[in-house]
Amino acid sequence: MSYMITMRVNGVEHTAHVEARLLLSHLIRDVLDLTGTHIGCDTSSCGACTVLVNGQAVKSCTMFAVQANGADITTVEGLAKDGKYHPVQQAFWDQHGLQCGFCTPGMIITTVALLKKSPKPTEAEIRAGLRGNLCRCTGYHNIVKAVQAAAEARRSS
Amino acid sequence: MTMVGINESVKRREDPRLISGQGKYVDDIRLPGMLHLSLVRSPHAHARIKRVDVSRASKMDGVVAIFTGADLQEQLGSLPAGWVLPDLKQPKHPPLAVDKVRYVGDAVAAVVASAPYLAADAARAVKVTYESLPAIVDAEKATKRGAPILHEGNADAGGAPNNVAFDWEVNGGDYAAAAKKADVVVRERIVNQRLIPNAMEPRGVVADYEPASGQLTMWTSTQIPHLLRLLFALVTGHPEHKLRVIAPDVGGGFGSKLYIYAEEVITGIVAKQLGRPVKWIEGRQENYLATTHGRDHITDVEICGNKDGTITGISCEVNANLGAYLSTFAPLIPTILFGIMLVGVYKLENVKCKVRGAFTNTTPVDAYRGAGRPEATYLVERMVDRFADAVGRDPVAVRRKNMIPAFKRGKAVATGVKYDSGDYKKALDKALEMLDYPKFKVEQRAARKEGKLLGIGFSTYIEICGMAPSAVASSLGAGAGLWESSLVRIHPTGKATVYTGTSPHGQGHYTSMSQIVSSQLGIPMEDVEVVHGDTAAQQFGTGTFGSRSVVVGGSALYMSLQKVVAKARKLAAHQMGVPEKQVQFANGRFVVEDVPDKSMSFPDIALQCYLAKDLPKGMEPGLEAVSFFDPENFTWPFGCHVAVVEIDEETGDTKLVRYVGVDDVGKVINPMIVDGMVHGGVAQGVGQALVEQAVYSNDGQLLSGSMMDYAVPTAEMFPNFETARTETPSPTNPLGVKGAGETGTIAASPAVINAVVDALSHLGVTHIDMPATSEKVWRLIQGAKEERRKARQGSRNGRKR
Repeated sequence: MSYMITMRVNGVEHTAHVEARLLLSHLIRDVLDLTGTHIGCDTSSCGACTVLVNGQAVKSCTMFAVQANGADITTVEGLAKDGKYHPVQQAFWDQHGLQCGFCTPGMIITTVALLKKSPKPTEAEIRAGLRGNLCRCTGYHNIVKAVQAAAEARRSS
Repeated sequence: MTMVGINESVKRREDPRLISGQGKYVDDIRLPGMLHLSLVRSPHAHARIKRVDVSRASKMDGVVAIFTGADLQEQLGSLPAGWVLPDLKQPKHPPLAVDKVRYVGDAVAAVVASAPYLAADAARAVKVTYESLPAIVDAEKATKRGAPILHEGNADAGGAPNNVAFDWEVNGGDYAAAAKKADVVVRERIVNQRLIPNAMEPRGVVADYEPASGQLTMWTSTQIPHLLRLLFALVTGHPEHKLRVIAPDVGGGFGSKLYIYAEEVITGIVAKQLGRPVKWIEGRQENYLATTHGRDHITDVEICGNKDGTITGISCEVNANLGAYLSTFAPLIPTILFGIMLVGVYKLENVKCKVRGAFTNTTPVDAYRGAGRPEATYLVERMVDRFADAVGRDPVAVRRKNMIPAFKRGKAVATGVKYDSGDYKKALDKALEMLDYPKFKVEQRAARKEGKLLGIGFSTYIEICGMAPSAVASSLGAGAGLWESSLVRIHPTGKATVYTGTSPHGQGHYTSMSQIVSSQLGIPMEDVEVVHGDTAAQQFGTGTFGSRSVVVGGSALYMSLQKVVAKARKLAAHQMGVPEKQVQFANGRFVVEDVPDKSMSFPDIALQCYLAKDLPKGMEPGLEAVSFFDPENFTWPFGCHVAVVEIDEETGDTKLVRYVGVDDVGKVINPMIVDGMVHGGVAQGVGQALVEQAVYSNDGQLLSGSMMDYAVPTAEMFPNFETARTETPSPTNPLGVKGAGETGTIAASPAVINAVVDALSHLGVTHIDMPATSEKVWRLIQGAKEERRKARQGSRNGRKR
């Protein structure tokens, strides 16, 4: 049996007929073709699939697509505005906060949510805030620097 | 326009795609009519396959085909070892098991359906009847009499009697004599635990077959597209020139994507059978079972020397776990990459090393970041600390006393290899300076008085990189040359496309290679395109592993650039009407010596090469060059890493409070990128030291089978890393580089464990096996306290009597 769902993704309204068991992460990737959201595990551990659901960072593999019916969703593809990177994207680039890039979309989205909640995080708060996102390349060193730089940029803009 | 040289921290050119969700990994590839493949995997560690019943599954929604091992036995062939040691046992490794499964996760059948969920549903409905057999997971017990045999029959019949794949040894000097003469011999049994690599992108394959042309195209998450194409051709008989392998964006590898895998062969052959595109994407729990693991050594080690702190020898006997089958490089890792590194940075004259490789009912074990060198470095650096403790000397002083003095070109060591260049004391001194060692010692004494457990650990490591001189590698068992290639193609407008045989997965080759081109041609980085990871685009290349890409691939690129400049200079001289030796090339211009206004730009010359209306006699039109670089020696990066840990006595929790890493990787192309790789490597090394461990039950179930059970380090585990470098150029390649991909992983584990032991040393603790989890540390503290209490009681009782 399929269900009709409607949601706003990156400002665009989408309607889809989906199976009840379809994960939000698969809807985003396989139905909407937004492949910037990655899937790195099957236990909601790695955070690569993190998106904003109504402004909150959510691991999109923890939700069924039908649960997101009516939601406003932002993926990594929806962050840049008017041809300019979001300050968090820019900071990840400037601070070399990525290597293979696979965890990056999830890290960036998590950081966006983190800074909204806590605009001036301490280093300990940043590290705790990234607890749900795994990176195997950077040792988190430059990711922490990127979050700090993004917080700084946010304050001065 | 960014004119850059080498040794400049330019921002990465690959990042705009990756930060905006435009990266293209295998799972992002969709082809019209594409089918999805799901594998039925064995839940048994060791069993005979009695029957595979696909009747129910094949009737399910969306199912297109189901293949068992018996169906495709001929087409799939057997996966070979790519590194053949003398007398290596090479049992067959069918990509789909035919009569027997040998580890949990061994693939038994392939289900193809129109959608991924449907393929997974049907895979679950395939009914396999097994006859369970006793399993063995421990490398040492596996080779003992009476252990279950994985590969039956004698060696000629493809068996591995006693589960032994090989016995290998390396000797230098005379260890037995050294030990006899020594004042002190320290022994330890050290377990280097099994690890799961955990590249953030699991593996995946998309295969597309075009029946009319016979062309098979495969996108796969690999570090070695060219070697994979060659191996695929050899295994399946599919012609090499009709196979195109593409490594698109690859989300990390750390050695785990350095082989030909069963799933690559299965997906390719199934696509060929069906004449339709087929995709297989690995789940994470599947990745834990089906992608190679790393390390897993049980070692009895001895170090010997004199009371004055001189170390005279090291000896070890290793049981290396290879898992159920030989993965592509499995025989290399615990032997050559391990044994020849046992001298470390020390004037150690006597080395004895025996390694036995064993088959067990576990996931195959192969290279994991560092690959052999972390195992060796851990033994050496751990035992140097044990030795220092035994002779009552400071571990830093012992290291310094035994270090090989600085040298610029070639130093032969007892294991028969020649280090390229080194200045080990300089790296140690720099680390000590950053650390303020005397001040730390004062702090540590004060902390201990307050009952705090504070420890410091050193690791003055060395590694072997830049794989490799092909003739040497071949004499040691390599099944392929390990040179690297480049092609530089200058376009008529003076812009450049360069093709490298290396295949990055996070290392930033687009940027580093662009920097090399920009520095040599004087054209802006934006005018350079770097193409990698596509066998249809490039000449053969070996790939990216062993910190070799800039060392061997960068040097091959440098050679081609020199050829291009030489030709361009010749043409410039001809067109400006002066002898060639009067033409200087600098900042992208060919200038006539002493006549600064007489010059031609590099793009001018490029255009002239293609217009070809005024070329010197005998010169061909066009401007491109190809080079294959085969180095004369490996490179030997080194350095000194220091860890400071604080242990909570009540919980045993170990916190890394400071980390100083000084590396010498020779010349550096992009310091920012090198620092980044060091950070990541350190995190993996610390992860091994403190939290990571793949655990099997005795009957072969992987207990740490998901990311909820295996501790991948999180951001909270680490302090900010303090990194620095010394620079001792390598004389073995034109760039003077040594390779920087693995230093951190190799250096960190012993530094951290030495720090943990140091923190507990006043309790009488001399060793702890990795990972130093809070439970293990807590038990050790309680045990040590109990020992002391007993000892005190004993001495009181003694006095009473």
